[in-house]
Amino acid sequence: MARDNLKNKKGDTENLFARAEEFLQIFKKGAEFTQELLKENERLRFRILKLQEEVKALKKGAANPDVEELRRRVKELEREKEELLRRFKEVEEENKDFAAKYVEVEEENNTLANLYVASYQLHSTLDFHEVLQIIMEIIINLIGAEIFAILLLDEKTRKLNAVAAEGVELEDIPPISPGEGIIGEAAEKGENYLCQSIGPFRIFDPEKPIAAIPLKIKDKTIGVIAIYKLLQQKERFTDLDRELFTLLAGHAATAIFSARLYSESERKLSTFQGFIELLTKD
Amino acid sequence: MGHHILVVEDSPTMRQLLHFTLKRLKGVEVLEAGDGVEGYKVLTSNKVDLIVADLNMPVMDGLKMISMIKGNPAYREIPIVVVTTEGGEEDRKKAMALGANAYITKPIQTSQLLSVVKGLLNIG
Repeated sequence: MARDNLKNKKGDTENLFARAEEFLQIFKKGAEFTQELLKENERLRFRILKLQEEVKALKKGAANPDVEELRRRVKELEREKEELLRRFKEVEEENKDFAAKYVEVEEENNTLANLYVASYQLHSTLDFHEVLQIIMEIIINLIGAEIFAILLLDEKTRKLNAVAAEGVELEDIPPISPGEGIIGEAAEKGENYLCQSIGPFRIFDPEKPIAAIPLKIKDKTIGVIAIYKLLQQKERFTDLDRELFTLLAGHAATAIFSARLYSESERKLSTFQGFIELLTKD
Repeated sequence: MGHHILVVEDSPTMRQLLHFTLKRLKGVEVLEAGDGVEGYKVLTSNKVDLIVADLNMPVMDGLKMISMIKGNPAYREIPIVVVTTEGGEEDRKKAMALGANAYITKPIQTSQLLSVVKGLLNIG
């Protein structure tokens, strides 16, 4: 029994030593870990200090020359950007101006082309009927009228008689005295009449044209162009129409007058030639 | 290489205006005809890249001429621009159905005609 007790005591002691050794190892590891933590702590404190210094330096702005250089460059680029934006706006405005001018020039071109062609055609013949045909073509194609008439003043009867018409029969337009109605008034005053607001066309009334253009040689009116209806795609008179009316007022009148004089002189010439032939036959 | 444009129009005034306007395009040569029959004859004896045609013409009107041109495989691909006083939707539809490529009503804006022609001929 006593031997057994002694044996047990010995075992306990050995066990105790082993556990103590084990604890010792754990403490050692704990101490090492604590040392490592302390070192890491020290390193981090150092890093924080460094960063705080850097932040201070950045705040002051003078510490880092590279940063200063970059800041200067950024400012420069900002200025350049502002300048470019300003220039861009200027160019954009210029472009708008150019576009507006281009449209203006194109319109002017259009007007000049129309006037050139109208004038060229009006003086291209001395045949009275051809002249009338050309005036009608101008009114249809260049002005865009659907119903209209050309009236000429008869010097003997002092009446304006329709000599050509489109969209209506000549008989539907009665002779008009100067001073009578819109057409007569335009002839007497020698002034263009243009209806300001053209409503939808309902019925043909020879006394109510939407435009009456006197054909004048200097101050003498030899006839009137009366327009009653425009083509369906044309709603109102344009600036080009006004220019064409001005051209027609003068050039058409001259062309008609010249053609009449020419045919009259041709007629007289053939009469004289006939006379001369008769006289020289014997 | 230049382009050849055939103008088929019975009105000498309008023909001259179209000629005058189209000649503003660089390298463009303008051929002229007074009606559909004459237009077709000019087409068969010349190189034509585009046709500008009126609708109301004596002898043969524009619609008949368009259908003849579009019915001939040799000329089918030639673009046709109609320039007319007829502003009705029905007339437009008829011309386009026959194969016209553009429809412009009179009185014309020269800039509009030039822009349409430039587009069809692919010229700047």
